[in-house]
Formats: sequence, C-alpha cells, structure tokens
Amino acid sequence: MPTELENIKAEVKDLNFYYGDVKALKGVNLKIPEKKVISLIGPSGCGKTTLLRCFNRMHDFYTNHSHTGEIILNPEGVNILDRKIDPIEVRMRISMVFQKPNPFPKTIFENVAYGLRVRGVTKRSVLLERVEKALTVSALWNEVKDRLDQQAFNLSGGQQQRLCIARALAIDPEIVLFDEPTSALDPIATARIEELVSELKKEVSILIVTHNMQQAGRISDYTGFMYMGELVEFGDTDKIFTNPKEKLTEDYISGHFG
Amino acid sequence: MFKLTDHQSSNSKKMRLKSSRGFSARIYEKIIEYVLFLAALASVFVTLGIAYVLISESIPFFKVVSIIDFITDKQWTPLFADAHFGIRPLLAGTFVTTAIALIVAIPVGSVIAIYLSEYAHPRAREILKPILELLSAIPTVVYGYFALLFVSPLLQKIFVNMTGFNMLSAGIVMGIMIIPYVSSLSEDAMRAVPMHMREGSFAMGATRLQTSVNVVVPAAFSGISAAYILAVSRAIGETMIVAIAAGMQPNFTLNPTEPASTITAYIVQVSLGDLPHGSIGYQTIFAAGLTLLLFTFALNIAGHFLKKKFGERY
Ligand SMILES: Nc1ncnc2c1ncn2[C@@H]1O[C@H](COP(=O)(O)OP(=O)(O)O)[C@@H](O)[C@H]1O
Ligand SMILES: [Mg+2]
Repeated sequence: MPTELENIKAEVKDLNFYYGDVKALKGVNLKIPEKKVISLIGPSGCGKTTLLRCFNRMHDFYTNHSHTGEIILNPEGVNILDRKIDPIEVRMRISMVFQKPNPFPKTIFENVAYGLRVRGVTKRSVLLERVEKALTVSALWNEVKDRLDQQAFNLSGGQQQRLCIARALAIDPEIVLFDEPTSALDPIATARIEELVSELKKEVSILIVTHNMQQAGRISDYTGFMYMGELVEFGDTDKIFTNPKEKLTEDYISGHFG
Repeated sequence: MFKLTDHQSSNSKKMRLKSSRGFSARIYEKIIEYVLFLAALASVFVTLGIAYVLISESIPFFKVVSIIDFITDKQWTPLFADAHFGIRPLLAGTFVTTAIALIVAIPVGSVIAIYLSEYAHPRAREILKPILELLSAIPTVVYGYFALLFVSPLLQKIFVNMTGFNMLSAGIVMGIMIIPYVSSLSEDAMRAVPMHMREGSFAMGATRLQTSVNVVVPAAFSGISAAYILAVSRAIGETMIVAIAAGMQPNFTLNPTEPASTITAYIVQVSLGDLPHGSIGYQTIFAAGLTLLLFTFALNIAGHFLKKKFGERY
C-alpha cells in the first residue's frame, strides 16, 4: 500500500456508481499517491473506465446515472464529485487521454494549444512556449517541429496519441488519466507511449487503465485489480504480480480467466 | 518456391469458391447491378436533356442578340418596342434576393443546428425538428403572399418610402423558408461527429459552446458547407415568392427596398404570358434559364471541391 509518508493526491472514498439500476462500481476505496503511476487492471466490463471517468466528471454529459461516495482532491481536500463543484474546474486540473487517439480537426499546434486557448490564453509567445514544452515532453517535438501548422490527421496513429498526450499535458494538470491509451497502437508505438508514461510521473500523478497486464507490470508503481465493479486488491505492483493476497487476483494474473 | 505454392493454393481455393456459387444467383446479382446502373443513368440523361433543350433553344436567341450585349447591356426590356436584352438586371435581382435570404437563413439555421445537435434534450429535439421541417413544407405561394401582405407592410413602417413590392421582404421570407434546409442538414452533419471527439474537448475543460464552435463545427464542415450550398441553390431557384412579392420589374439595382425581377420570376412571367413560341421574346426565357443553369452548375462544382478539400475529418 502507499505508505503514509507519501503525499496523497486524491482519494476515492466508498464510491458506488450506477448506470440506471446497474451497479457498475461497488464501494471503491483508493488512494492516488502524488507523482506515481497507478494502473487499474481487470477483465473487460469490470468498471475501470467508469471509475476513471469519475475523476474528470466525464459522466456529467450523459443522463441516467448516479453515485454515492466521494473523490477527494488534495491539497484542498474538496470532493470533486460534489454537484456544487464546477466540473470545468475539475477538468482544468485533471486531464485525460482516451483509448482511441482523438485529435481535433485542427493543426498540430492548435491541438496542443487547445486547452490553453479555452482558458483564454491568446499571447502567441506563451502558447508557443507551452506547446513546445508539451510536445518535447511527449517526445513528439522533433518529429513535428517543422510542420506545426499541418493538420493533425496527417500524423500516424502513434503520433496522434502522443499528440493527445501533449494536449493533455499542455495545461499543466495535476493528474493525467489514461484509458487504455495503447490498445489501438502497434507494439513500437506502444513501447514509446509506455516510456513516456514512466517519464511523466516526475511531473504528475498518473492513473492508467489497461487490460494488458504486462504493461501494468512494466510502467506502474501501484496496481489495482478490479473485478465486477469492486476493487479487489490494491498495492505495490511487484507485490500484486508476484505475491497477491487474494485468490481472485492470483487467478487473473496467472491467466485463469479474463 | 515457397511463395509460388502458396499462391497456387490460394488460387485454387478461390476457384472452388467461385464455382460453388449458383449460376442463377450470379445472374440475378448482375441484373440488379444493371437495373441500378440504369436508374443512375436516367438521372444523368434527364440533366443532359435539360441542358440540351436550353442550349439548342438559346442558339437562335444568341444569333439575334450578341452575347456581349446580353452580358453588358444594363436593361432587360425584351417586350418593349425598344427591346434590350441585358441579363444584368435579372442577375442583380437574383443576387440581392438570394443574399438577403442567406443572411437570414445561414446564421439562424446554423444556430438552430448547434442547439439541436449539441444542447437540446433528445425529447426536445424530437418535437422541434419536425415542426421546423414543416416550414419547408408550406407552399411557396403562401410564403409569397405572406411576404407581400404581411412582411412588406411591416417593413414599410421602418422604410417609409419603400414600395409594396420589394426585394427585401421577398428575400427575408425566402430566408425563413430555407432555414430548415440549413438547420436539418447541418444538424445531421454535426450529429455524425463521433462522441469521442467532443469528449476530447470537454476533457480539456472546454464548455459546450467552445466545443461546438471549435471542434464539432470544423469536424462537420464538409456536411455543413453542403447544407449552405443547397441553401444557395434553393434561394437562386426559388420562383414563386419573388414573383409575387418582389414586383416582376427588371431593375438594375442592388437596393433591396426597390422592386425588381429575378431570372426565375421573369421565366414564369413569360411562360404564363401569351408570347408566340419561336418569337425572340419567348426565346429569352431559354437564355435566362441557361444562365441560371450555369450558375447552379458552378455552385455544385464549388460544393464538390469544398467537400473534397474538407472531407469528414474524424
Ligand atoms: N453508458 C453506459 N450505460 C450503461 N451501462 C454501462 C455504460 N457504460 C458501461 N456500462 C456497464 O458498466 C460496466 C463497467 O463498464 P466499463 O467501466 O466500461 O468497464 P471496463 O472499462 O472495465 O471494460 C459494464 O458492465 C458495462 O456494461
Ligand atoms: Mg474500458
């Protein structure tokens, strides 16, 4: 478990989530330490995406769902699931990279600058500096620096996903959520993204959903195993993979189901 | 060597596959293909036929009136003793009424499309959309009298010196009629933009409005521009409203408060009159019709290129 010495960036408390009558999350408790990579694994349909999308209030755009419980964001200690909290403010601090690369129909530059523009930044020099930094961190700068004004759709799938990472980083988020960011990519592009994620934790807390166990093992400090809406086990990645406490975790890790 | 055998085996597999299909099934599919092809061909022939009639009937006209006069003369008075055959007054009337209609229809239609696609509750959309589409189901004759008897007197309260027949009221009412063309097609295009694109924008902290304007509209641009082009074609081709409310007097002016005639209004006027077939006066309608065809054709080509340049980008 994350030790008490570490700073806890966010904490999920007794979270239950319902799609209509279907309970998709059952009493989830989870601590997200600062500047670490936390991965969530588990079979398809176990609620990983549902949990992830609670963190940036993505469910707000859809109807017929409800929840009980809290997600506390530190240092303020506010419950970001509270209706009184402006979801836009939450998304300004917690950004997200999706399963399928989803660049906007804009130039490479404008894609990365998007988050800054919606925050009202218009000064060209500021935008340039932030875009360059985000693209450098995402290991894309050298590939695109000469064609920043080209359409983002001209990039390869792997490059598009790194562009989406740059877009998510340009706003200096405190947490970045990744929902199976490599499931649509080839092995080489996947390796580059994994490298990047490990590098990023110097700056931000990372919560990554993956159904690729090897990937979780390679990149994360902590791993949570979910099953049918419950967080079955959570702990050091090494522990989870070599010596899990729960029988269910062991079965999943050793490939008995899923 | 290896490759060769590989290729051979796949080839023989294909042949077996082919021969296993029934002969009649293949014939049936071929027949369907030809029927569909003929249907497509028919529409091409109709278009070509229209172009043929317009061109062949215009040739005698252009033997009497030079193309230069047709383009440069500032008067259109084919039925007067002192006949002039300058198309420009009719073009000006078409241009002004179309422009007014678009100034009304494009902003209003686009805003409605954004509302229906990005804001409206599904139930509200289900109710509003058919009501809106009803606007384009109203007979244009009704719109024409609405423009003449209701909108024009209303506008005369602002423009006191305006005549009862004027391009402004015809254009505005034409714009109202076209709104559903713009809003319906634009909305379809915007709704076809996949949700994950919007989510990408929301996840960056964008509002609904920012997402609609900066992401959804650009992504749907090709469909939206198709809607705009349809609106333009519809406005250029609209006949009844301008014939009733704009005055049917060829008038070389860009002032919307004046009465004027458009190409289409002129064509009905002459078609309904008692000019003998074959007279120069009668032939003018083919020259005017040909001009109209050229304009709509150019628009379609422009639309095609727009579509190519901004294909769906998601
Ligand atoms: N929009 C939705 N409406 C209703 N049920 C949903 C919706 N999204 C997901 N679910 C259900 O919630 C459960 C968890 O889904 P999800 O979080 O997507 O799982 P995972 O990401 O682990 O594959 C599944 O049983 C799924 O069918
Ligand atoms: Mg998922």
